[in-house]
Amino acid sequence: MNIPNKTGVTIMKTLKKHFRYYPLYLMILPGFLLILCMRYLPMGGIIIAFKNINYADGIIRSPWCGFDNFEFLFKTKDVLIATRNTLSYNLAFIVLGMVVSIAFAIALCEIRNRFAAKVYQSIFFFPYFLSMVVVAYMVFAFLGMENGLLNKSIFSFLNIDKIRFYAEPKHWPFILVFVNLWKNVGYSTVIYLAAILGIAPELYEAAIIDGASKWQQIIYITLPSIKPIIIILAIMAIGRIFYADFGLFYNVPMNSGALFSTTQVIDTYVYRAMTKLGDLGMAAAAALYQSFVGFVLVITANWIIRKIDSDNALF
Amino acid sequence: MKKKAGVNQISNRANCIINIFFLIYAILCIAPLLLSLGVSLTDEKEVILHGFNFIPRKFSLDAYRFLFQDASHVLRAYGVSIFVTVVGTLFSVMLTALYAYPISRKDFPAAKFFTFFIFFTMLFNGGLVASFYINTQLFHFKNRLYSLLLPLMMNPFNVLIVRTFYKQSVPKSIIESSKIDGASEFRIFIQMVLPLSKPAIATIALFDTLCYWNDWFSSLLYISDVKLYSLQYTMYTALMNIKYLLKFGETSSDALNSLGTVPTQTVRFAMVLIAIGPIILAYPYFQKHFVKGLTIGALKG
Repeated sequence: MNIPNKTGVTIMKTLKKHFRYYPLYLMILPGFLLILCMRYLPMGGIIIAFKNINYADGIIRSPWCGFDNFEFLFKTKDVLIATRNTLSYNLAFIVLGMVVSIAFAIALCEIRNRFAAKVYQSIFFFPYFLSMVVVAYMVFAFLGMENGLLNKSIFSFLNIDKIRFYAEPKHWPFILVFVNLWKNVGYSTVIYLAAILGIAPELYEAAIIDGASKWQQIIYITLPSIKPIIIILAIMAIGRIFYADFGLFYNVPMNSGALFSTTQVIDTYVYRAMTKLGDLGMAAAAALYQSFVGFVLVITANWIIRKIDSDNALF
Repeated sequence: MKKKAGVNQISNRANCIINIFFLIYAILCIAPLLLSLGVSLTDEKEVILHGFNFIPRKFSLDAYRFLFQDASHVLRAYGVSIFVTVVGTLFSVMLTALYAYPISRKDFPAAKFFTFFIFFTMLFNGGLVASFYINTQLFHFKNRLYSLLLPLMMNPFNVLIVRTFYKQSVPKSIIESSKIDGASEFRIFIQMVLPLSKPAIATIALFDTLCYWNDWFSSLLYISDVKLYSLQYTMYTALMNIKYLLKFGETSSDALNSLGTVPTQTVRFAMVLIAIGPIILAYPYFQKHFVKGLTIGALKG
């Protein structure tokens, strides 16, 4: 008799403790419901990947089909090309983005004219604020076949043959990497700049007394000091390495079928499988493949960081 | 060149090289904007003859005249975009600020659970197909205004930024002493916490504004009714399908009377300009708060 009573008492105590905070629960409630409906309920849709789905029967009554969708998915070469493209583009974005923006941040700190540095920083940030639709228009203004600035004015002035950018896949790795850098470097430069400005000036003063050159200061003080932020941004980027910026790969090449070999990424593949092929099951399998591998990657990246240097782990 | 470099300053030559490089890159950053401006102010026939150029060979405001006088589509789309941006940002900021407060409180027993609840959505999601299916079948997202609002509301990243800001900038003693004075939790939140957190709130409001204003993907998934096209989606459609702009001409006879045909090329770039317009106007403000927000140091979850 005593034991159930005791648990009863502790349950009452816990409830009371929680009840004391009911205003905080009320505050959290609307956001909780929104996240539940918009981010957790859709996870239920994952079972589409294991079903032979049709709209008439709906998600519950459609027959199960095991891993058939996945088998079908990996039989086609398309998903492998999409995976290869996603990984190589992201790798290029991560490495180049990091190198360029750290270099920019260090150089911005060293410029003598502080006002000029501020102005540069503001201008570099500008492309970040544009939507990918707008960016696609701008790229088109340069590369368009009929009226594009390069083809119509510059190439004809230099006596070079016109290039059919929107029909030849080989140019796109360069174009997409360039557009991505152009759009995002300003943003990451600001983050690194803030980290560099936060370094204690005493470190540099001591280094100057010891006769360290500018390069030595960068290599032995600046870079090690911003290592944590570099690592955090790198883990986050590696965790997202299976995801691509849909707009960049869909709008900027203007959804041109001739370019799929170098512009198809997993995100666009899923979208096209869903809308153009109408194969919901296979598209869901591809989407699940993406989120599952992405999840494993972010956990692994974090686990490795925790092993090496637990202070810098994200969670 | 005779001016000597100070102690621990880079040499004149290095300074010069960096400046030249940055100047070129800065031009590169705004060149596409200038090209779009140039094209939008050019006469359509000139564009067809000589292509897109920075400086109009023949100046013309036809594209803008067409957009504002006759293309009621575009004005309507502008309205949709403004509505979605304002309402979306308002709700999103409210929900984010409310959600972030309890999980910033160390004494709140469920703080850990709710933090993980939102953090997990950053690590894993159902994927495009699952959410598309659930949203359309369960929540009837097809051609509804809320399908442009809800998917982007409450970015988990923003929630964590605000939470970190509360933790760092709202002294615990203020909350404790207000409690002793008998203030309710809601009162403490509204009268103490929110005013102290203005910088963080301003920052996420900007993130949200930008996110809603630049969104076209939700429209791509859920909207097929022209009446609900946002500005970005109208532009998207005009980019992928040049004939779309010609349809405007069918409904607006005045345009054809004065211009003959729809100036499709220049109109597209006039749309680019009116889509970026608000961003450029608010740019100094935007930039200041963005930088501030990024430096809150809230990257760590």
